[in-house]
Amino acid sequence: MKNNLTQVMLKNGMKVMLKEIHTAPIISSWIWYRVGSRDESTGKTGISHWTEHMMFKGTKKFPANILDKTISRVGGRWNAATSRDSTRYFETMPADKIDLALRLESDRMRNSIFNEKEVASERTVIVSEREGYENEPMFRLSELMQNAAFRVHSYHHEIIGDMADLRTITRDDLYAHYRTYYVPNNAILTIAGDFDAKTLLKRIKELFESIPKGKVPARLARPEPEQKGEIRLTLEGPGETTFTQIAYHFPNATHPDYFPLQVLDSLLNGANGLSNKTSRLYRALVDGGLTVDASGGGESTMDPYLYRITLTHHPERKPEDALAVLDAEIRKLQEKPVPARDIARAVKQARAVFAYGSENITHQAFWMGYTSIFADYSWYTTYLDKLARVTPRDVQRVAQKYFQHSNRVIGTYLPQGKGV
Amino acid sequence: MAKTTTKPVKSSLPSPEDVLQVKLSNGITVLARSNFNSPSVSMGGYLPAGAIFEGKEKLGLADFVASSLMRGTQRRSFDAIYNELESTGASLGFDSGVHNASFGGRALVEDLPLLLKLLAESLQTPTFPKDEIERLRAQLLTGLALRAQDTADMADMLFEKMLYGDHPYSRPSDGTVETIRAITRKDMEKFHRLHFGPRGLVIAIVGGIHPKKAVEAVERALGGWQVPGQMEAPLLPPLKPVRKAMKRHHPIAGKSQSDLVVGVLAPKRKDPDYMAASLGNSVLGQFGMMGRIGDVVRERSGLAYYAYSSLNTGIGPGSWEVIAGVNPSNLKKALGLIENELRRFVKHGVTKDELADSQANYIGRLPLSLESNGGVVSALLNIHRYDLGMDYYQRYEGMIRTVKRADVLEVAQKYIDPDRLVIATSGP
Repeated sequence: MKNNLTQVMLKNGMKVMLKEIHTAPIISSWIWYRVGSRDESTGKTGISHWTEHMMFKGTKKFPANILDKTISRVGGRWNAATSRDSTRYFETMPADKIDLALRLESDRMRNSIFNEKEVASERTVIVSEREGYENEPMFRLSELMQNAAFRVHSYHHEIIGDMADLRTITRDDLYAHYRTYYVPNNAILTIAGDFDAKTLLKRIKELFESIPKGKVPARLARPEPEQKGEIRLTLEGPGETTFTQIAYHFPNATHPDYFPLQVLDSLLNGANGLSNKTSRLYRALVDGGLTVDASGGGESTMDPYLYRITLTHHPERKPEDALAVLDAEIRKLQEKPVPARDIARAVKQARAVFAYGSENITHQAFWMGYTSIFADYSWYTTYLDKLARVTPRDVQRVAQKYFQHSNRVIGTYLPQGKGV
Repeated sequence: MAKTTTKPVKSSLPSPEDVLQVKLSNGITVLARSNFNSPSVSMGGYLPAGAIFEGKEKLGLADFVASSLMRGTQRRSFDAIYNELESTGASLGFDSGVHNASFGGRALVEDLPLLLKLLAESLQTPTFPKDEIERLRAQLLTGLALRAQDTADMADMLFEKMLYGDHPYSRPSDGTVETIRAITRKDMEKFHRLHFGPRGLVIAIVGGIHPKKAVEAVERALGGWQVPGQMEAPLLPPLKPVRKAMKRHHPIAGKSQSDLVVGVLAPKRKDPDYMAASLGNSVLGQFGMMGRIGDVVRERSGLAYYAYSSLNTGIGPGSWEVIAGVNPSNLKKALGLIENELRRFVKHGVTKDELADSQANYIGRLPLSLESNGGVVSALLNIHRYDLGMDYYQRYEGMIRTVKRADVLEVAQKYIDPDRLVIATSGP
């Protein structure tokens, strides 16, 4: 055990990571499956997310209405999420009730029912979820940007899936997806909190080790060819507010350029988890009166994805003027190395955000699993050191390499309503 | 690491023994509790300078003022304030509600003095710089333009207007396009001069610092603040009860989903009815996958991604609402289902098992809600705001357990009249 951390591979290939934290009588347990929207082919988009919904519809042992009540009755919190690269489920429980969460997850890894009637009812729930998203101009713009940026790679489509597929995916499609990917050798169990690792591991083995391995298909990964030239698109819809999104193709989380780009991101758009009023883009665009908001960020993904900047335009200013100022700010980063003190500032900011996160046990268990999907936990534990090693030259180099016009998609939402 | 066979030390629930409460000579109340497992501190508080003080023609003034406090002070510009904060990874922000202006922030323990210094400057010496105010005005107006396109926001606004009639609670605290355009810098300075002061200000600090040290730090930053003319909060006017069923729709073209709010008036937080209403609401539209409402509207009928009920209580009369987002063609059906559930709730109340489930949930979830420093700050502020007593969490389990089925039925019948529901919808 190192840093309170126990890592074990069960005989059936399930990875287990346990971190003891004894600050509060709480345990958070996460199970991660290596399947997400990127594993979906045309005609089946949204199937990972829909499967995630079906996992709450019960097993024989834990029928749907019993399942949620059992967790809630003891004051637990549970939920799930589907991302591009993974599907995850968590329960954060009073420490003495964790066994319930473990029994539930081991049971629903194999025994979820996927009743035909439940599938039909969930279809309209998910259609409704998508209709809710479509009410938002930013969802529609962001989806269109993604479609344009990825012609080949399956990051092309949104996690919720296309309406056409949400109407046609069948119960058997969902069940096949579940049986294929929900096997122990495709899962990672990460638990943090107030427990004794040895005792807990014994219990995990009892509950999970007898589940047989499955044959898991390779991750769907058709590499996106390099973009050759700027793509511009527009979208129309109701409202009065004009938005622009600028998306640059960005490397994956284990690429050596990832960390210099994290520093660059915090200079350009502010540090994750903090306000961004002194970021370069906020100063130039919002203080400059061209936009009323400017924000941006990337995602930590397995394959190269996007870095997106979103501008909410000032009603009386032209979007092109804001874009010109954005380009000027990026040119500054490309032409001259940034001062070393700017990097030191980015590191201090990240250090504070890490300290805040350490308060929260759910958060601690999350990071073990999240990073294990695209790297391993040391990616997280060495994050601050890697950030501290970034040099001004590194930042300049990645600004030149990735922030090229030919590497970006620019999308503008044009409101059809009257001006304010 | 050492073997963990010894029983680990647990943080217990806040109690009079571990929360230090001090009233400074200028009227500020400080609440402090330590959590030495944490290298950071959370800070939060409020003072009576909310929308209740603003005139009808200046709706949004309190909110505009709260948003302007960090836009420049006598010592520092907007950029300088945020540069200090962001350089240390700290955060600070102000917000405004009907009764109070509120603030919150966090920092590494060593940066608490910085956080309090910036809080004190923003509260005491804001300068409302003209350029900053105009930039902020454009941001607020864009916020209102986005709100006008948001079916959930518009249904909620319409609901409050219908439910509260001419009571101040009916007004949108972020104002309207007309009022935000009409507010001047002078209005803001005046509002600040009359309503911002130490009397009634409450601040809570929780984290890796000794409570006494935290109180001393607040004393250094805010102990000298005096505002002789600080105005008393006006009394809330009486509220007219809802006499008949009301139903209105706010159209927004081009939307794929409609939002609905169905509701009634609710007790105040300090009413003896509160706990029974809260547990009843849990059964109605919270517990598990959003209680009975979630079960009927989402799980069984597949009509909505979100459908739940919410009991909003505060200083004055609250609201008890059922909320859902549905396809516009399903609006009528969803409203029918919700109305049926409310009728059932009022006629039969909750079952023994349902009540026991929600009681167990309320008691069991306490450690989770009090896990973070920020969670404890909120808890301490609530205890103070509603006079719950610092031993609230010691009495909590007993209070929950004494609620009986008959109590829930009684509050359901007292507050919910299925023939006089207020129904607001928004969508195409």
